[in-house]
Amino acid sequence: MNTSTGAVTSTDYIIHHLTNLTQGEGIWQINIDTLFFSLILGGVFLAIMGFAAHRASSGVPGGLQNFAEILVEFVDKQVKDTFHGRNPVIAPLALTVFCWVFLWNLMDLVPVDLLPEFGKLLGVHYMRVVPSTDLNATFGLSLTVFLLIIFYSFKVKGPVGYAKELLTHPFGPYLFPANLLLNVVELVAKPISLALRLFGNLYAGEMIFILIALMYGAGWLLGPFAGVLQLGWAIFHLLVITLQAFIFMVLTIVYLSMAHEESH
Amino acid sequence: MNIGITLIGQMLSFALFVWLTMKFIWPPLMRAMERRRQTIADGLAAAERSKLDLELAQKKAGELLHEAREQAADVLMEAAKRASGIMDEAKSQARAEGERQFLATRAEIDLEANRAREHLRTAVAELAVAGATRILEKEIDRNAHAKLLDSVVAKL
Repeated sequence: MNTSTGAVTSTDYIIHHLTNLTQGEGIWQINIDTLFFSLILGGVFLAIMGFAAHRASSGVPGGLQNFAEILVEFVDKQVKDTFHGRNPVIAPLALTVFCWVFLWNLMDLVPVDLLPEFGKLLGVHYMRVVPSTDLNATFGLSLTVFLLIIFYSFKVKGPVGYAKELLTHPFGPYLFPANLLLNVVELVAKPISLALRLFGNLYAGEMIFILIALMYGAGWLLGPFAGVLQLGWAIFHLLVITLQAFIFMVLTIVYLSMAHEESH
Repeated sequence: MNIGITLIGQMLSFALFVWLTMKFIWPPLMRAMERRRQTIADGLAAAERSKLDLELAQKKAGELLHEAREQAADVLMEAAKRASGIMDEAKSQARAEGERQFLATRAEIDLEANRAREHLRTAVAELAVAGATRILEKEIDRNAHAKLLDSVVAKL
């Protein structure tokens, strides 16, 4: 429990847990903890997969290679099921999205006070360890995907073809203002829904972990009950974090493959 | 909670991670899996092929065995034939030799008999001459009657 300053209310405790370690103000605010943990986790992903890829042999695969190949094959199957063109970026992108988001979400299962208390020993007083509970991180992913959607739409259909699709689909050329409005809304909704879905799920999950952590201090009766709750929620959350990573990956693939296809 | 420069940092690091994955992780793993798939396919094909080869070889071995057996039978028959031929030849040779020896012996016997008869005749002539000599001791001049005596001897 966060009791370093003596009397701390529950609200203080919760707000403290939801405050980023920042540098700068306003638009120039850097969330150091988000960047730090997401980069570390990305490094972990790259290191493990890179090591497996470096030692990959076509002979009898070892445990690590099996693991890496299962991941790769799983992602490759998802991509092949949805996307029928040829694009060397989509599959590695999907793998990166899946693994990275999963690792972000996995940080949610670390007890909420463990890393912040450790940080306190090092003189760091604010720390949020789950990057996917920071809108900057989820929008960072979804806006990159958004840029790729626009890039591939232009590349595959050409400026004219893309403009024609935006203006004449789905109601025909005479209703082009309505078409444009609809298409722009649809386009903009993609990154927003991607980012907010992941953020919302993980933010809520983290919130519940924080509330459960508060409950540990609520006496002999509720304390042990909080342990049971935490275990149950963590087990359920295992499902949620995997599912969210999977959904983010699949939707990314779907959006990018839609960018490659002519609309009917 | 504000959106800020962190977003740009996240986007850049995301782009970097995707690029690294695309460059160093995805291709080697896919290649390894593809190669393994190929190796397994090749192995299966080779197994199928060798099974076929084995069948063929077994068939061929059976044919060779059959042929060898036939040849052996031929050789045995030939040998038996030749053996009986040799035996026949030896028999006929032995018979001819026996005949020849028999004839030779018979000729010798004849010769011996003739000689004995000649001897006997001479001896009888001498005996006759001796008897006659004794009878005619004085009356017959050996020299004067030699011609007569010779003719008698020749007649015996």
